[in-house]
Amino acid sequence: MSEHSEHAHHIVGPKVYVIILFALLIGTGLTVWASFLELGLWNPVIALAIATTKAVLVVLFFMHVWYSTKLTKLSIFAGIFMFLVLISMTLTDYISRAWGSW
Amino acid sequence: MPDNSVNSAISANSAHEEHPSYLRHHFNSAEQQADAAGFAMWLFLLTEVMFFGGLFTAYLVYRNWYYPAFVSGSHQLNVVWGATNTVVLIFSSFTMAMGVWCAQTRRRRGLVLSLALTFFLGLVFLGIKTIEYREKIEKHHVPGFHYSLQSFLDPQSDPEVYAEYHDKPLAPDMARHTELYFSLYFLMTGMHALHMIIGIAILGFMILRARAGAYTAGHVTFVENFGLYWHFVDIIWIYLFALLYLISRHQ
Repeated sequence: MSEHSEHAHHIVGPKVYVIILFALLIGTGLTVWASFLELGLWNPVIALAIATTKAVLVVLFFMHVWYSTKLTKLSIFAGIFMFLVLISMTLTDYISRAWGSW
Repeated sequence: MPDNSVNSAISANSAHEEHPSYLRHHFNSAEQQADAAGFAMWLFLLTEVMFFGGLFTAYLVYRNWYYPAFVSGSHQLNVVWGATNTVVLIFSSFTMAMGVWCAQTRRRRGLVLSLALTFFLGLVFLGIKTIEYREKIEKHHVPGFHYSLQSFLDPQSDPEVYAEYHDKPLAPDMARHTELYFSLYFLMTGMHALHMIIGIAILGFMILRARAGAYTAGHVTFVENFGLYWHFVDIIWIYLFALLYLISRHQ
């Protein structure tokens, strides 16, 4: 048996998982509640901010990234960065395409 | 422990007794093997980020172009079902995380129970999704030859939705673009549901293996990596819920 090598791997316990579970449930409640308020431009901003907070909690603790190697952290950051490039460059193009044509 | 040089072939033979049976010979240690497997799983998940990222981008672009159609389309979704499904998926992520912990701490019964609960919650999610899809089919909101603009040209003909949102009728050319909203709705939630179905199938396989004690003898990579997949599918839903159900409620 290989106790020595397995235990070098960080094990996240039920306590952390329960805390994250409640944080995610509170986040879901908040975002549904916020969607019933009339906030104009802020409605999508708040909904996406809460969704992103929930996603970060899942990634860091349920998916153990908080405890993972630098290589994994850097790769995930690179992937998310490329996704943000995709979104921001595309939207920049489409939003500014008709500028000056009216 | 054998070192990684070629000359160590002789000592590798005797090292067989020291290392666990699941350790492949091209790794130095079980920990290095676990790190490599986890890293590879993340690379796969990043390709999934790009895949769903394309869908999210398409949604944002078309929502900008045909904003009134996307708002009216979104008003057809039921926030209560969406929120219920979000809670179901969050609980299933929690039970999955508990499953990983049970595997790591060698609790066989706990692992089987966690996986079974995750399996069950996954099915509940798909069941609720089916109820939602059926409503879209009945209202002819599935894109295609039978697509109906009725709810958007004459909102009062759809009393339940009208009572909640009081939508104004859309002009016919804008109303047509609600079909685009539902195309993206079915594409995104459908791809998400496909990931759920694949996950549930793998969970079924894992439950059988876990009962035989497969993941509670030290080698937990499969459970850990499946956990990553399941949590990723949860994250996709968190965004789908915000983008499809929530952000257009007041416009």
